[in-house]
Amino acid sequence: MDSIFLQILNGLDKGGAYALIALGLTLVFGTLGVVNFAHGAIFMLGSFCAVTTQNLLTYSKKVKDESITYFEAFKEVPYLEIWWGDTGSFIIDYKVPFSILLAIPVMLLIGLAMERGLIRHFYNRPHADQILVTFGLAIVIQEIVKSIYGANPIPVQAPAIVAGSASIGSWIGLGESVVYPWWRLIYLANALVVISAVFSFLKFTTYGMVVRAGMQDRETVGLLGIDIQRRFTVVFGMASVVVGIAGVMYTPILSPDYHMGMDFLVLSFVVVVVGGMGSLEGAVVAGFMLGILQSFAAMNEIKSIFPGIDQIIVYLVAVIILLTRPRGLMGRKGVMED
Amino acid sequence: MNDQKKMARDWSRRQILKASATGAVLAASSSPMFFVKDAWAANFRNNPGNSSSVTLGFNVPQTGAYSDEGADELRAYKLAVQHLNGEGDGGMLNTMTPKSLTGNGILGKKVKFVTGDTQTKSDAARASAKRMIEKDGVLMVTGGSSSGVAIAVQGLCQENGIIFMAGLTHSNDTTGKDKKRYGFRHFFNAYMSGAALGPVLEKEYGNERKAYHLTADYTWGWTQEESMRKFTEALGWQTSKAVKTPVGAGDFSQYITPVLNSGADVLVLNHYGKDMINSLTQAVQFGLRDKQVNGKNFEIVVPLFSRLMAQGAGSNIKGILGSTNWNWSLQDAGSQAFVKSFGQAYGFPPSMAAHTCYVQTLLYANACEMAGTFNPPEVIKSLEGFSFDGMGNGPTEYRASDHQCFKNVLVVRGNMNPSSQFDLLDVVQEVPRSQVEYDPAIFGGKLGPYTV
Repeated sequence: MDSIFLQILNGLDKGGAYALIALGLTLVFGTLGVVNFAHGAIFMLGSFCAVTTQNLLTYSKKVKDESITYFEAFKEVPYLEIWWGDTGSFIIDYKVPFSILLAIPVMLLIGLAMERGLIRHFYNRPHADQILVTFGLAIVIQEIVKSIYGANPIPVQAPAIVAGSASIGSWIGLGESVVYPWWRLIYLANALVVISAVFSFLKFTTYGMVVRAGMQDRETVGLLGIDIQRRFTVVFGMASVVVGIAGVMYTPILSPDYHMGMDFLVLSFVVVVVGGMGSLEGAVVAGFMLGILQSFAAMNEIKSIFPGIDQIIVYLVAVIILLTRPRGLMGRKGVMED
Repeated sequence: MNDQKKMARDWSRRQILKASATGAVLAASSSPMFFVKDAWAANFRNNPGNSSSVTLGFNVPQTGAYSDEGADELRAYKLAVQHLNGEGDGGMLNTMTPKSLTGNGILGKKVKFVTGDTQTKSDAARASAKRMIEKDGVLMVTGGSSSGVAIAVQGLCQENGIIFMAGLTHSNDTTGKDKKRYGFRHFFNAYMSGAALGPVLEKEYGNERKAYHLTADYTWGWTQEESMRKFTEALGWQTSKAVKTPVGAGDFSQYITPVLNSGADVLVLNHYGKDMINSLTQAVQFGLRDKQVNGKNFEIVVPLFSRLMAQGAGSNIKGILGSTNWNWSLQDAGSQAFVKSFGQAYGFPPSMAAHTCYVQTLLYANACEMAGTFNPPEVIKSLEGFSFDGMGNGPTEYRASDHQCFKNVLVVRGNMNPSSQFDLLDVVQEVPRSQVEYDPAIFGGKLGPYTV
């Protein structure tokens, strides 16, 4: 029972990341009709916003390291600690929450620049062209990040107060031995908040209503005198912010490296296809569902019956869904059913 | 005086010419060829002949997950080339014994190099090595940061008659079932890690433990798990479960969760590089190090450590036991000379990958000098059974039967109180060579012929 409960939590956690990335992919596909393979790279850029914030906050004075005698080496003491002592240390400790403040404008700008500078030129081109250009863009972004930050993962710690585990078992009567990392719980809560915010924006604001109308019939909305293209550009920026925040919050779970976007991208596309191309609800439901299935497939009891199932379960589900319901779980009838 | 005149008269000019010619032929046919450099001129691949330089091929990961290790390897190779050509402070050329190198290149020829990118992929590494051999005419290929790559390139070098001096490769297979006559490994292996760690684990954690293994699902992970199980089970430890994890899994939470209630009190992470950084970080986040199981503190063991990995894992590495081939903090003259050269050139100490690559280059060059030729079979014979010292690991031998170097192995612990940003690993014990030696027959494999 304990194991099942923990695997559900793992699945929800992983599913939260899938859902956030897939949500952004679906927003872009649903509004602009673009299959954006650079979306994973934007997730990675989000996580590097946290790395950059960490580097800025820990910008250091070089002090000669007397412990090394063979050559001239230097210790790094952060200026914030030199100037403000414990307050400086406190600010450095909370680098991940602070980096969200940096990530929102940066990711918005990156999204807008990407859409205006490159992707808009491919709206009327075949999907294959869109895939090629966005995939190429993803590789360029990766290589730039690698040339600046190197190839190895860069550790970014959560604030010390939430670095440990919560005795979650005692909250629900499963005993104190059932623990779960605080930060993963925070990540799950954050995913739910961001998903709710996106849905609320689209459903309860006039801006969102127009965007939804444009997703249904952009021509008619255009005939009403609304510049729907500009709104879609803003939606692209918003999708970048959503996935950027997902990247920032994921850094204490998975030390960021230049390739992490690609690791998530393929799975997120599977999530979108399973959920239904263009369906926001489908992306979220499929994200959580596949996350949970992936976690259960990794249980030793399951693997003893189906060895290696943990590595193929997501794709197996995708095959079954595509065979039985080509439009995906919540896709619109007629979309991707040819 | 008269006798002398008589002798001179007895020899006609024609007789003298005949005798000289006969003597010359006899001398030429009976003199040993090896008195002359490049006497084997004949038939070996990429023979430099009368060229004033020789080219070595440094095949390292310049892109991909291990490109930081690759960059450090390349730094070390460049330093080795400088030292071989008599530039810089000489590094380990000042401490190596016995030594035939003079700082005048190799056999009087200036050392040049070409580089390739393995991308940590076997096919890319082979393609890169092939280009070096066929297009750049390299005499020796070296480098790499993966056992899969090392085994693939080693096979190619054997087919082409080019010596391969492996870089960072830790799988037992490299000098075990996949060993090759033309392949040499200075780095230690998974078996040695297990042999070195076993007694330390017993001393630190006792002999009533239940271990849970998470293992990277490829050649290195399998041999690492096999070796760790062999030595820990010999101590009396039980193996609670051994689970294979996909390489590059990223999020290991679904593999770590079952450990929590498995009854195990030790987690052995047979992971390397990014996988190890992620799995260790996540294991710590799941509170494993704060757990008490079977009345004992839960412990995590990482059999293969490197300083670059320790940097990635941050504070999670503190207190964790593992093994390593070499660490920059060693106080012997060879290590100090190398760290000084490297530190002065680049501003930070070398990694163990850099160390093994530097040593391999010097060992190859020295073997050529000893053989008096670049002809691979003769160079191989010089390396086989070669015993040396002053290169950072104490007295070391290249065992002839499997081309594996045998030397002391370091058991290290993540430093609890680092004195500098580089001081991440604390050497717990320098395990003597005798404790990690084994019969080469246990891994099978055949070296193959000298001439190909």
